[in-house]
Amino acid sequence: MININYLNPSKNNLRLNLIIGLSLVFLSLFDVFLYSFFDINITSFLPYFASFSLPLILGMFGLSIIRISYSGIKKLDSLNKNINTNNFNAALTLLIIFTIIKILPPVMSWMILDANISGDTKDACTGSGACWTYIKIWFKRFMYGMYPNEHIWRVNLAFIFLVVLAFVGFITPQKYKKYLSLYYIIIYPIIAYILIYYLISGGSLGLEWVETGAWGGLSLTFIVSFFSLIFCFPLGMALALGRRTNLPIIKYVSVGFIEFWRGVPLITVLFMSSVMFPMFLPQDFFMDKLVRVIIAISLFEAAYVAEVIRGGLQALPRGQYDASKSLGMGYWKMHIFVILPQALKLVIPGIANTFLALVKDTPLIFVVGLLEIIGMLQMAKTNPKWLGFAMEGYVFSAIVFFIICYAMSKYSYNLELKYKTDR
Amino acid sequence: MATRGIDFGYGFLTQESSFDVQFSLIEYSGSDSYARAYLVGLLNTLLVSILGIIFCTILGVIVGIARLSPNYLIRTTAAWYVEFFRNIPLLLQIFFWYYAALRALPLPQEADPMLGSFYLTIKGFYTPSLVWINLDIFIYSVIAAIVAIVFVRLYAKKLRENQGKHIPVLNISITILFILPLLTFFIGGVNVTYELPVLKQLAKTSFIFEGGLSIPPELLSLVIALSLYTATFIAECVRAGIEGISKGQREAAASIGLNRKQILNLIIMPQALRIIIPPATNQYLNLTKNSSLAAAIAYPDLVLVFAGTALMQTGKAIEIVSITMLTYLTLSLLISLLMNWYNARIAIVEK
Repeated sequence: MININYLNPSKNNLRLNLIIGLSLVFLSLFDVFLYSFFDINITSFLPYFASFSLPLILGMFGLSIIRISYSGIKKLDSLNKNINTNNFNAALTLLIIFTIIKILPPVMSWMILDANISGDTKDACTGSGACWTYIKIWFKRFMYGMYPNEHIWRVNLAFIFLVVLAFVGFITPQKYKKYLSLYYIIIYPIIAYILIYYLISGGSLGLEWVETGAWGGLSLTFIVSFFSLIFCFPLGMALALGRRTNLPIIKYVSVGFIEFWRGVPLITVLFMSSVMFPMFLPQDFFMDKLVRVIIAISLFEAAYVAEVIRGGLQALPRGQYDASKSLGMGYWKMHIFVILPQALKLVIPGIANTFLALVKDTPLIFVVGLLEIIGMLQMAKTNPKWLGFAMEGYVFSAIVFFIICYAMSKYSYNLELKYKTDR
Repeated sequence: MATRGIDFGYGFLTQESSFDVQFSLIEYSGSDSYARAYLVGLLNTLLVSILGIIFCTILGVIVGIARLSPNYLIRTTAAWYVEFFRNIPLLLQIFFWYYAALRALPLPQEADPMLGSFYLTIKGFYTPSLVWINLDIFIYSVIAAIVAIVFVRLYAKKLRENQGKHIPVLNISITILFILPLLTFFIGGVNVTYELPVLKQLAKTSFIFEGGLSIPPELLSLVIALSLYTATFIAECVRAGIEGISKGQREAAASIGLNRKQILNLIIMPQALRIIIPPATNQYLNLTKNSSLAAAIAYPDLVLVFAGTALMQTGKAIEIVSITMLTYLTLSLLISLLMNWYNARIAIVEK
C-alpha cells in the first residue's frame, strides 16, 4: 500500500511525490500563463475568489510535496535550497513568478509588438503600443538641444576628440606613466575647455558662434557633469585636508563651508546662482549662465566629496603619519606621497557614489533655463504636434540614464578591486 | 547693490501676499501676509518629508532584508529593484509618476471605488475623512499613554538590571496605547464619525469629489517617487548593517540557547542599528533636501511658494533665497541633531 504523508514528505515515495508535486506546480503556472497571455480562465466555473487564488494554493501544495531534504537528486536539492526552503518562501517564489508572467505580455506588447517606429509624423503611430517615431524624430533634440542642425558635427567632433584623449592613459608606455595623473588633472581639462570653447561655442576660427542657451540635450548633461567633476574633486580634497588641520581659521572656514553646502538643496543653490549671485558682481561684468551653473554644482558637490575623503583620511592608522614624519617628510610631501594615495584608494566607492549623484543631479539645471535631456523631454511633451507621448520620452531617458549610471557604478567597482591592497 | 537700486530689508514679510496656494495644511488666502505664505510652504515641505521618511524606511527595511533572503528569486528581485531605481535621476522619476503614471488614471466620474469608498482619480486620491468630536481629549489621552509607556519601560529596565526579571514590555505598551484612548470614547465624550467623498457635478462634463480627504496628485507622485528612490539607499544601508555583524555573534547567541526571534531582537538588530543609523540619517537628510524638487511639478512647497511665487512678486532675491536656504539648513541640522542623539544613545559605551 502506498502511504504518502503530504504534510511531511519523505524520501520513501520520492518518485510519486515528485510527479504529483511538479504537475501541481506546472498546472498552477499554466493557469496563470493562459490567463495572462490568452485571456482564458480555465477555472471560471469556480467562485471569483477561489478562481483567483487557486494557482497559489495549487502551487504551494505542489512545492510543499517536493520539499524533500537530501533527496539525492542534485537539481531538486538546489531548487529546494534556493527557492523552496519553507512555506513562506514558496509563497513568495510563486507570487514573484506569477507577477512576471502577468506583467510580461503587456510590457512586451507596449514596447515592441504593438509599437510603431516608421513614419515621421504623429499619424504614423496607429498601434496601441509605444510610439518610437516620436523618439526618432526628436532624437537630435534630445541629444543636442537647440543646437543648430548644420553645426551638430562640431559637437560630435569635440566629443570624439575628448573620448580619444581620455584613453591616452591606456596606451602610454611605462616610462611616462608617472606623468599620467598630471595629464588627467591639469592638461586634459585645459584641452577639454579649449575644445569646447573653440569648437562647440565657436565665434572664432571661422566657426559661427552658438550661444550657451542653445546647447542642450544629453551633450549638455555630459559637459556640465564633466566640468563639475573636474572642479569639485580638487576642491573637495582641499576642504577635507582643511578640516583636519590644526590651523583654526582654515579649519573652521572649511567646516562652515562643508556644513553649509551639505545643508541646502541643490535647487536653491541654482536659484542663488541665477538670481542672487549676479547682484554681487560689478555692473559691467557678465558671467555666462552655464559657467555660473557649473561653479554652483562644483561648490555643492565639493562639500560631499570633502566628507567622503575625510572618511578615508580618518580610516588611516596614526602609524602612517608618524612613520612618514619620522622619515623627515613635511606636510605636503607626507600627504601627497603617503596619506592621500592610501586614503583615496579606500574611498573609491564613496567618491563614485558622489559622482553618480552629480550626474543624476544635472537635470536640475532646468530651473535656470538650461535644458538637458529631461528638460528637452518636458519641452517636447508640450509641443502641440506631439502631445500625449510623455511615457515614451520618460522610458527612453530612463534607459539612457540607467546605462550611464550603471556603467559608472560597475567601473568604480572594478577600480575598487584593482586598487584593493590588503594590509 | 545700491547702484542697482535694490533696497534690502525684510519688511515685505508682513505685506499682503495676494496669491493663492493650491494645497495648504493651514488656512490661507491671498489676503494673508508673505510670512504666512512662507509657513504654508514650510508645512507642505515638512509633510512631504515626513511621509517620505516613513514610507522609505518601511520599504527600505523590507528590501534590505529581502536582499539577504535565502530565496534566490526574492534576492534577485530586490537587487534589481535597487539597481534600477537608484540609477535613474529622481527628477525623471517624479516626472514619470506625475505626467505619465498618474495621468493614466480615470476621471472622477469614471473612477471605480476601491474597498468601498476610496477613489483614485486623475485629480487625486480621495479617502473618507474622520470627523472628531472632542479631539483634544483624545490627543491628551494619547500623550498620557505615551508617558505611561515611558514609565513602564523605565521600570522594566530597572527590574531587569536589579532582579533579572523580564516583563513583556511590548505587550504592555501596546495594551496601554489602545486601552487609554479607547476609554475616552466611553468616559470623555469623544466620538468619531466619518465623511465619505461624494461625486458632485460642476458643469456638464466637469465633476469633482466633495467631502472626505483629498490628496492632490502632486503630493501623491512626489511621495511615491521620493520613497521609491530613497528606499533603495536605505535598503543598502540595512543590508550593510546586517552583513556587518559577524557570524560568530549569531552562533554565540544560538549556543547560549536564544531562539531565532531573540537572536534577531537582542543580538543582531542592536548591533546592526549602530551601523545603519549614520548612513540612514544622511539619506533622510537627502530626502528632505530632495523634496525641494516639488517645485518641478508645481507642488506648493517652500521653494515653489516662497522662492518661486513670492520672489517673482517682490523681487527681493537676496532676502528670500537666504531665508529659504537658512530654513533648509536648520531642518538639516535639526534632523542630524536628532539622529545623532539617537545614535549616541544606542552606541557602545566603551569603558
